[in-house]
Amino acid sequence: MAEVWEASKMIELTIDGKKVTAKEGDTILKVARENNIYIPALCYLEGVSSFGGCRVCLVEIKGSPRVFASCVTPVAEGMEIITNSERLKRYRKWAVELLLSERPHVCSVCVANGSCELQQLATDLGVDHLRVEREWTNYELDLTHERFAYDPNRCILCTRCIRICDEIEGVHTIDLMLRGKNSKVIFDLNDKWGFAESCTSCGKCSAVCPVGALYVKGKPHSESKRKELASFVTSRRSEKTIG
Amino acid sequence: MKPDELRSLAQKEAEARKSYRYRINVCCSSGCMPFGALKVLSAFKDAVKEFGVEGECYVARTGCIGTCSIAPAVLIEPGDYLYQNVTPDRAKEIVKEHIVNGRPVKSMLYGNEAYFKKQLRIVLRNAGKIDPLRIEDYIAVGGYYALLKALTRMTPEGVIEEVALSGLKGRGGAGFLTGLKWRYVARATGSPKYVIANLDEGDPGVFANRTLAEADPHAIIEGMAIAAYAVGASKGYIYVRSEYPLAVETLKKAIEAARSMGLLGEKIFETAFSFDIELRLGAGAFVAGEETAILASIEGRRAMPRPRPPYPAQSGLWGKPTLINNVETLANIPVILLKGSEWFASIGAKNCTGTKCFSLTGKVNNPGLIEVPMGITLREVVFEIGGGVPPGRRFKAVQVGGPSGGFLPEQLLDLPIDYESLTKAGAIMGSGGIVVLDDTSCMVDTAKFFTEFCVDESCGKCVPCRVGLYKLYKILDGFTRGEGSLEDLQKVEELCEFIKEASLCGLGQTAPNPTLTTLRYFRDEYVAHILEKKCSAGKCFKNGGGVGGE
Repeated sequence: MAEVWEASKMIELTIDGKKVTAKEGDTILKVARENNIYIPALCYLEGVSSFGGCRVCLVEIKGSPRVFASCVTPVAEGMEIITNSERLKRYRKWAVELLLSERPHVCSVCVANGSCELQQLATDLGVDHLRVEREWTNYELDLTHERFAYDPNRCILCTRCIRICDEIEGVHTIDLMLRGKNSKVIFDLNDKWGFAESCTSCGKCSAVCPVGALYVKGKPHSESKRKELASFVTSRRSEKTIG
Repeated sequence: MKPDELRSLAQKEAEARKSYRYRINVCCSSGCMPFGALKVLSAFKDAVKEFGVEGECYVARTGCIGTCSIAPAVLIEPGDYLYQNVTPDRAKEIVKEHIVNGRPVKSMLYGNEAYFKKQLRIVLRNAGKIDPLRIEDYIAVGGYYALLKALTRMTPEGVIEEVALSGLKGRGGAGFLTGLKWRYVARATGSPKYVIANLDEGDPGVFANRTLAEADPHAIIEGMAIAAYAVGASKGYIYVRSEYPLAVETLKKAIEAARSMGLLGEKIFETAFSFDIELRLGAGAFVAGEETAILASIEGRRAMPRPRPPYPAQSGLWGKPTLINNVETLANIPVILLKGSEWFASIGAKNCTGTKCFSLTGKVNNPGLIEVPMGITLREVVFEIGGGVPPGRRFKAVQVGGPSGGFLPEQLLDLPIDYESLTKAGAIMGSGGIVVLDDTSCMVDTAKFFTEFCVDESCGKCVPCRVGLYKLYKILDGFTRGEGSLEDLQKVEELCEFIKEASLCGLGQTAPNPTLTTLRYFRDEYVAHILEKKCSAGKCFKNGGGVGGE
């Protein structure tokens, strides 16, 4: 949706006891980051629409027994937000553990080892073992694209690739098929990536993949990855290699 | 249609109805059809001709009477004589004895009066008594009068006030105050506005909304039109599952009939109000009944819920203010306008007015579709209306609220049915499913079964529901195969808390209920499975490893 420039109403709220001023309509996550308050997040990607799926960025709001995904919850006047209670830490740990157990995430044999957001979160949250049984999915590795590779066994279904392909590149090559635990990221109508005719090979999807599911062949993952979309787009523009 | 035309048509139809001494209502709903209801219907038609009583006896193809255990069911008026398991041969005998000789055939009558005694039919007021395919039948019993009243004698705000005063709460499960929801949409800025009727009843074993649509589609349409007038909408959608072919067909014909009479379309009753309805068919996902998922599905996208706010009242279909109500909620509206909010508020319990339709199934003697006043106890529903569990068996638990409803034990049977009490006990009102279990059911196995359903139906968007539920299922499955330890029980509780609290939509937030309530009320069964590898119902450990009960 096109943003219309207008003077926004400013409101006041507190995050972890700190008084902050924010633009009405902004999300809690955005306001927190602007004020250097760290809320961990995984499926969130600056510059594209929010998804609210990973549930890592949960926060508590005083007066409500519920927890809220801060990436999609707008701020309101007088809100008192808590970002780091024991309960939130417990929930975040569950979310990361469940993701690690969902597919065979084995860091030592992953291209993203060392630059993986899931790995980093697990370290931050003190995940030292999994309380649930691991799954050993056996999806076929897709190496058909000449520059990129796709390993569904590492995918955490955060949909960053889908959103960036649709909203920034404007192509919508990537989408989800099936549902629940069988959900799978696919190209075009479940074609092999190399045969997906709508793909412009722009590489944005692999640049924003938080794990090692989408990556550039033959290049260190740490070099091809850009977590923040805004800076990613600007830097590519200055290189004049976009598209 | 002009107001006068509605009145004269109603009068004419009512007189035509009166001119018959008898009316034979043959249930031709999805419950009775597979048992040959259509053959019974034509047998009755043939029989009245054969005996030469077609002038005094009208044979009607109607919707569900509610007694699904005695299909095909036939109701003869006056006197409401209910015949059970009618066959074409029996139809002939019934016409001969009951109609010609005036002697009801006692041996074929459904003798269970208790089934109806505690029921109160408001939503299902016409079910089984009118032909859903004849709009004239609906008009004859006062149909579209409430719409006429609203359009000609009430302001939109007046309609909302009346609904608010009635205390009606959303019948889709969450129990949000209907009047308040309408007010939000009415006050929202943005145009056009939309009204959506939710008929995506995906719960296994629940068929209340389907039955309503099959039996009285115009009650839904009229309720929608009134809602649209109240909130300022001119376009409505009925979102119905494609797995309900008869309901889809019935609604389609009903919409066409209403349109051809001018009860839908431009300038209804010669007022400035215009409204039309389109059917949208779901593609089989349980989660598509969630209100934000409905929006996505109607817009042509994957039926995935999104976080609220923004609520559909502010930003719904295509970003416009949208009212989403369950069809049962909407079917209450015409009656509330005609009989008044005070009357409605006097029914049911305090803070929980009116009635609720339930699909009563499981190990119960009289399964079927019932409508009871709110506040009735579970004991009355299970033992008086339902007739209790089959002979020789012992009642064990009752599940209220569909696949994500909790299981309540015998000591909670005196719990009144209202939103608050059910939620407090760990169950939910949900879409209105009541499943009765006897001692042949294992609670661990049952919790596993319903968790598996939710695993299959999770859309996959959020981690707690997509992964958490599957892990929960795996642990429960382990219990039924002799795996697991007592420490796992604590893990299950922690995992359930995470799924319940952190999930994005109602599916995940309620899916742990079966597990949590069975752990709360039937913990000893879990312990017996884990420590003794023993299943008292003899359901588990089928592949060796444990000792069965019986």
